[in-house]
Amino acid sequence: MQKHTFTISLFAGIFLLTVLAQFGVINQYLVSVIMLMGVNIILSTSLNLVNGYMGEFSCGHGGFMCVGAYVSSVVTVLCFSKNHILGAPLLPPSLALLAFPLALAAGAAVAAVAGLVVAIPSFKTRGDYLAIITLAANYIVISAIDNMEIIGGPRGFMGMNATVNGMEGLLDIPWMLLWVLSGTVFTVWLLRRFVSSTLGKGVPAIAQDEIAAEIMSVDTNRMKLIAFMLSSGLAGLAGGLFAHILGYVNPHSFDIMKSTEVMVMVYLGGMGSLSGATLSAILFTVLLEVLRPLEIWKWVVIPLLLILLMQFRPEGIMGNKELSDLFPKLKKYYSFK
Amino acid sequence: MKRMTIKVLLVVLAMALGAFALMGCGQDSNVIKIGFNLELTGDIPKVGEASKFAAEMLKEDINSKGGLEVGGKKYKLEFVYQDNEAKADSAVNAALKLITQDSVVAIVGPNSSKQAIPAGGVCNDNQTPMVSPWSTNPDTTKDRPWVFRAAFLDPFQGPVAANFAAKQFGAKTAAVLFDIANDYSKGLAEIFKTEWEKKAGAGTVVAFESHGTKDQDFSAQLTKIVAAKPDFIFVPDNYNQVALIIKQAHDLGYKGPFMGSDAWGSAELMTLCGKDCIGQFFSTHYAAAGAQGATKEFIDRYNTKYKYVPDDVAALTWDATRLVLQAIQEAGKVEKDIKAERKLVRDALANIKEFAGITGTMKFHGTGDPDKCAVVVQISPEGKFEFKESVCPQ
Repeated sequence: MQKHTFTISLFAGIFLLTVLAQFGVINQYLVSVIMLMGVNIILSTSLNLVNGYMGEFSCGHGGFMCVGAYVSSVVTVLCFSKNHILGAPLLPPSLALLAFPLALAAGAAVAAVAGLVVAIPSFKTRGDYLAIITLAANYIVISAIDNMEIIGGPRGFMGMNATVNGMEGLLDIPWMLLWVLSGTVFTVWLLRRFVSSTLGKGVPAIAQDEIAAEIMSVDTNRMKLIAFMLSSGLAGLAGGLFAHILGYVNPHSFDIMKSTEVMVMVYLGGMGSLSGATLSAILFTVLLEVLRPLEIWKWVVIPLLLILLMQFRPEGIMGNKELSDLFPKLKKYYSFK
Repeated sequence: MKRMTIKVLLVVLAMALGAFALMGCGQDSNVIKIGFNLELTGDIPKVGEASKFAAEMLKEDINSKGGLEVGGKKYKLEFVYQDNEAKADSAVNAALKLITQDSVVAIVGPNSSKQAIPAGGVCNDNQTPMVSPWSTNPDTTKDRPWVFRAAFLDPFQGPVAANFAAKQFGAKTAAVLFDIANDYSKGLAEIFKTEWEKKAGAGTVVAFESHGTKDQDFSAQLTKIVAAKPDFIFVPDNYNQVALIIKQAHDLGYKGPFMGSDAWGSAELMTLCGKDCIGQFFSTHYAAAGAQGATKEFIDRYNTKYKYVPDDVAALTWDATRLVLQAIQEAGKVEKDIKAERKLVRDALANIKEFAGITGTMKFHGTGDPDKCAVVVQISPEGKFEFKESVCPQ
């Protein structure tokens, strides 16, 4: 029984949230915060794979998110909105529900390919050097989009609302909330399965000692390739969701500030802990919203909290442990395979 | 011990979540709430600050007289400020928070287009009137009946600069230096180029050079520009870069005039630029030096209160907020139901055909974008922006 409690409560939770949002019990603002929370969870858990489990230092997560956001937006806009590239929409709005996950997948796939481009130089570099490469990749993505007039350049790109409206035209429920929650669950599930698989064990092995891992028959190059592609692909998924929540993307929303935010979430939660990355993404999003009335002081309070945390708990909220390691009693209520 | 720390952290997290869910409170029926979605932190905090100061001044004005009179009854004003951190996603959240938690009648801001476009979408979808004081990107109000603005559009400033330069400098050729990663700068540069070539013939823009947002050294671009010997250089750039560009151009031996756009009009420009900027021209929303009537009164009061001459965004926020207040008054009554009240205000806003603002008279034609005159100012030897000419749309 306890094997299923977690799954059951998870799906019940998603169902409950959707119903509450549908009947206006929780207002649009809270729904929007929950959606951005989901996006942040995807971002922080996926970066945690590289920065936490693998022990590398990637600081260009915003760039991959940007790729995913633009690719999926271009796909949905071409398909469902009147646009200046092809003119009339390619598909009727009734197909939006089918095409949207495909568009998200396309964004994630292209972001994963972008991750591949970064992974190859990472074979030879570690630490600071990899940080510089990923930082450069982030800048390259943003400058490239700045110079692509066809997708709006620095003016940004919009028209994604038509797809969301198309889905709501079929059945009027909060689709975006549902997609974000599914994307979040999918991401955490995928990452958990990956790092606890025999193949995925190679990732923490690289973090421990790359040479020793190589001797112990871990194909380190292949592992790095997989980890990077997975991490950046999921960032692309987050980007696609983010773009369709806002209905507008601008390349400068994904600059080094965004990457830094994601890194803060990873280190706040604790490296190499999925529940830590999830909790810290929730905490960080809530903090940003709750402290909004402080205005300028917000950016004094949040960094101060970070300094205090690093001072008294340098390993992050959860360290490299999961929730069930810290509270063994929780195992009574749920367990994973 | 360690476990204690974690428990404490988790309790704090739970409490934060709880507090968050409980936020937002009841309403007083004698109060009209207006929301402000401003850039108080982030890249351009001065812009948000100027907006907030102007709004506070207006609120004190009206509340000290007992409130805003609507249909024979006085209502106190309450302004709710939300910080959007100069980020697009944060601006959407701030707008939704103002709409759903704070239950405001209308929203003023965001100022910058990067935030105003997505926030405008949200306001339109949720049927809440929004007025952006400063956004010049056409997409902000396009196909959005609930969104308005108080500034002129980018496409208007290009011809203004071209016509003025042709007349003032007797120029035949022009050069342009702009920021490629800044939508405002890039858009304006392109419009100017088309406009100038239409006027003076193809190939008369002898140099069209770009730079990045955080660049400090422009000598490569300026060397090319100076070698092309233009009659003047058009620089639609932010004031901090303008200061560097003009200095470096003078170092390279350029002696001709510069022409700029409204992004020059910051109180900071002269501190950064010094004597190099004296005598240059730029087009903007209003001229602080030599202003008269209500404009002068606004500038003087702002200056006494906050100790600096307000730049255009402060004046535009003043106008945008007054536009909203006028719409509330013209609606003639205040509905209890917030949705009905928003609809009344939106219809009243759409009905305003002409509005006398301190940044000039605005004429609306149902698109939410005003037709208004631009002002060309010259920088005086004392560093003041002096009125030179007013250019109105035909």
